[in-house]
Amino acid sequence: FTADEEFNDLCFEFGLELDEVTSEKDIISKEKGEGKAEGASEAVLYKIDVPANRYDLLCLEGLVRGLQVFKERINLPRYEKIIPAEGEGQKLIITAETVKIRPHAVAAVLRNITFTKERYDSFIDLQEKLHQNICRLVRALVAIGTHDLDTIPGPFTFTAKAPSEIKFKPLNQSQEYTASQIMDLYRTDSHLRHYLHLIENKPRYPVIFDSNGVVLSMPPIINGDHSKISLKTRNVFIECTGTDMTKAKIVLDIIVAMFSEYCEKQFTVEAVEVIYPNGKTHIYPELAYRKEKVKPELINKKLGISETPSSLAKLLTRMCLSSHITGNGNSIEIEIPPTRADVIHACDIVEDAAIAYGYNNIQMVIPKTYTIANQLPLNKLTELLRMDLAAAGFTEALTFALCSTEDIADKLGMDISATNAVHIANPKTAEFQVARTTLLPGLLKTIAANRKMPLPLKLFEISDIVVKDLTKGKRSLLGILICSQKIQINIDFSLAFFTGSAFFPGRCAEIFARGQSVGKLGVLHPDVITKFELTMPCSALEINIEPFV
Amino acid sequence: MSPSVAELLLQRLERTPPGPEGGLCSLEAATALGLDHQTLVGAVKSLQALGEVIEAETRATTRWELSAEGEEVLRDGSPEVRLFHSVPSEGLPQSDAMKLPGAQVGFSKAMANKWLRLDKGAPGGPRIFRAVGAVQDVVQNSLRQVQDGNGDSLSERERTDLKRRKLLLEVGSWRKLPFKAYNFSALGLPPTCGHLHPLLKVRSQLRQIFLEMGFTEMPTDNFVESSFWNFDALFQPQQHPARDQHDTFFLQDPAEAPELPASYMARVKKVHSQGGYGSQGYKYEWKVEEARKNLLRTHTTSASARALYHLARQGKFTPVKYFSIDRVFRNESLDATHLAEFHQVEGVVADRGLTLGHLMGILQQFFTKLGISKLRFKPAYNPYTEPSMEIFSYHEGLKKWVEVGNSGVFRPELLLPMGLPESVSVIAWGLSLERPTMIKYGINNIRELVGHRVNLQMVYDNPLCRLDA
Repeated sequence: FTADEEFNDLCFEFGLELDEVTSEKDIISKEKGEGKAEGASEAVLYKIDVPANRYDLLCLEGLVRGLQVFKERINLPRYEKIIPAEGEGQKLIITAETVKIRPHAVAAVLRNITFTKERYDSFIDLQEKLHQNICRLVRALVAIGTHDLDTIPGPFTFTAKAPSEIKFKPLNQSQEYTASQIMDLYRTDSHLRHYLHLIENKPRYPVIFDSNGVVLSMPPIINGDHSKISLKTRNVFIECTGTDMTKAKIVLDIIVAMFSEYCEKQFTVEAVEVIYPNGKTHIYPELAYRKEKVKPELINKKLGISETPSSLAKLLTRMCLSSHITGNGNSIEIEIPPTRADVIHACDIVEDAAIAYGYNNIQMVIPKTYTIANQLPLNKLTELLRMDLAAAGFTEALTFALCSTEDIADKLGMDISATNAVHIANPKTAEFQVARTTLLPGLLKTIAANRKMPLPLKLFEISDIVVKDLTKGKRSLLGILICSQKIQINIDFSLAFFTGSAFFPGRCAEIFARGQSVGKLGVLHPDVITKFELTMPCSALEINIEPFV
Repeated sequence: MSPSVAELLLQRLERTPPGPEGGLCSLEAATALGLDHQTLVGAVKSLQALGEVIEAETRATTRWELSAEGEEVLRDGSPEVRLFHSVPSEGLPQSDAMKLPGAQVGFSKAMANKWLRLDKGAPGGPRIFRAVGAVQDVVQNSLRQVQDGNGDSLSERERTDLKRRKLLLEVGSWRKLPFKAYNFSALGLPPTCGHLHPLLKVRSQLRQIFLEMGFTEMPTDNFVESSFWNFDALFQPQQHPARDQHDTFFLQDPAEAPELPASYMARVKKVHSQGGYGSQGYKYEWKVEEARKNLLRTHTTSASARALYHLARQGKFTPVKYFSIDRVFRNESLDATHLAEFHQVEGVVADRGLTLGHLMGILQQFFTKLGISKLRFKPAYNPYTEPSMEIFSYHEGLKKWVEVGNSGVFRPELLLPMGLPESVSVIAWGLSLERPTMIKYGINNIRELVGHRVNLQMVYDNPLCRLDA
């Protein structure tokens, strides 16, 4: 096997997707042309997709660590929180003003860290990925700020102030701006403009400053330039603010766990004391290890394997869930590290055991579940009708359920308010404005798109339409054809004269069967024909087939 | 079924040699078939429209026909001859002669032929006398020639003369001469028939497969669903990216679901926000307003949730196998293989003691019936299943493993609030209907398959759906 194939197999086994094997040179070539790629690195780059719930795999450090533990090359490091002596640690004071706009904040310090270019890039990159992934709603839930601690004396204050009272030099800018000016400054920024609305119209904006009043950041918009991190930074102050406390804690834990690898005292994090408006205090980061007890039989039973308890403990340890046997050997105690916030139930542990065991090593067994199948009567009837309609010479179409308001109203000579249609919020284009209330527009559009086909065109569709006041859809049948011929339907029905706006006056009838009105048929009005860009006369029949089930 | 005009024509044409030397004259063919010429011309035109079946050439011919007067002359003789015979040996007063029918023309003609002479000075007025003993009715003979189809034997002068006397009509006719261009016996005439849609043919086959495996069809006739059944009941947190309006079609009207089961919803709220049932939960503030939001369902798993809830409420648990195949809606970016609407296939088995091995086993059975027997499973993530597996099969043509479906074991946080017994496991899997259809029928652009821009010719020509052949 080549190295790429081996890595591909490893990714498959572990549950990662090896999206692409490329190089910096390839990427630049594709984006800017081969000329610009001259001299770029040809070192192999892997593009890897990680599962959405594994925040610990979002950076190279975490991914490598996870895979090395999986391959039993290293043990999972133990992340340690160091609580400084009284009076020596950093403090973050939260004031009451934040409650209305951004109530939660947590913080931590990475001491004596050494950055290289790669480590620095990775550090910034992880923050971005966490913002996109867990922080969601574009930084609404949590925003991360990282600062050079040596440039900012604590204690730090997290408060909310009127925009005019906030003034600082934003990251990478050359002068100071007030908060309102900053809003304007970034209004056209492709990246930042999406976050402005989170605080813009509020009376007070969140802000963190040091003991000299120098602004660290104005979350979730931008950090201050004063405290920005460089390759020379030795001590990092990390703050996470947001509207979801659980997520803020997880995010902080992930960042410090990942990059504490580069601290002088590896895998240690210096705690910060957070002081709340009511005077209560809390130490962060939590870096909590949670213990859970699971019976080996449970894992074996859920997977369909039969491994010994010690073997299962070993499998779980390979998944960063350090485990050992307890009790009389009939229980496994698992320690869930702070980097595995995705493990919230025993079933998560069961899955990890399966991954370590190897999914494709599990024996396939056919379930003994005995059942008699039943068709849904409506679908059964639909299938029978489809067959007979095709036998009668009609061709089946499959049209979109979403369309424009014009399609179901104006083009059929009706007002949209009379259609009782369901409307979509914020449709991207007119094609997604409403759900269809009749199959007619879809079929007429199908004919218009197939103008060159020889006549006659005889189409049908049996599918659901959506009516506002019903809790479910309505199954409609539509037969439509060009150059009016007689339409034959083999159900008992009676007809009554009907004036439907989509139909030619005097050439339309309402259909009654089983004691109720089930639909209409007739020659389509020339206006309808024209509005759907057709030129030949068409007749149509549309009935609700549910009464016939 | 009696043969159409086109078929009859083709049969006749087959017997003639190919190319321009052979062929038929449309006039002759029409007569031989006992058809009106225009009907035959129509058949020729429609055959021409098929292209490469026949070729036809128009040739102009001129014919002569007798006018009504000409018919009269043929029957009764020309006016000049009739007049000649009406003149007795003693002659006839001109005034009397002119009263005879056809005398006007007959007199001037007979005089020109020197068959009669006029004595202007005769007693009792001008008098006509025969000048010759007998005459030949040349005109009548000429007309007889034309009637017999020998119009060509007359001289140009004679014909012009007869035309001037309005006894003869020239009739131009355009004859179509169809002749074979290619051997058309290889192409059949397409019979008129109806057609089923390719995607729905695959749907029918998949329905069959599920029914053969003992799966009961779930009701899915609701495109509109509440966020509660689409997300919350499935243990998908309210902050999950899929609940973004970028991915989901939320409704403006009606914006909210009217009624949701109250006590069940309370248990769902608890497991999301606080945990329980052995779970830590997501520990966030769960909001009922979010759950009420109406949307177009993003998967048919919401129907599975409803079915399982219904199952839980029936009292004593019985094992079930459910399936559904129906339309779902995603508000994502569209491209050659992605539309906002597509069809999801879903299978669910609920029983006591089901394992991951059972899931693999039933997947093996299911996919074998689809013609796919080489499967491999990969760990994956879904909010509502754990363990989760992506299903891969080996594509002989592409020489690589491709994803054919997604599957997993439903989380206890989903099943237990419904009231299902703890010993019950539920395994499920899903795939899209469009992807296998496009692969099977070699369609590259989904828009040619689904929606109004469908290629109807493709629908007409689409072969049987045989999945395992």
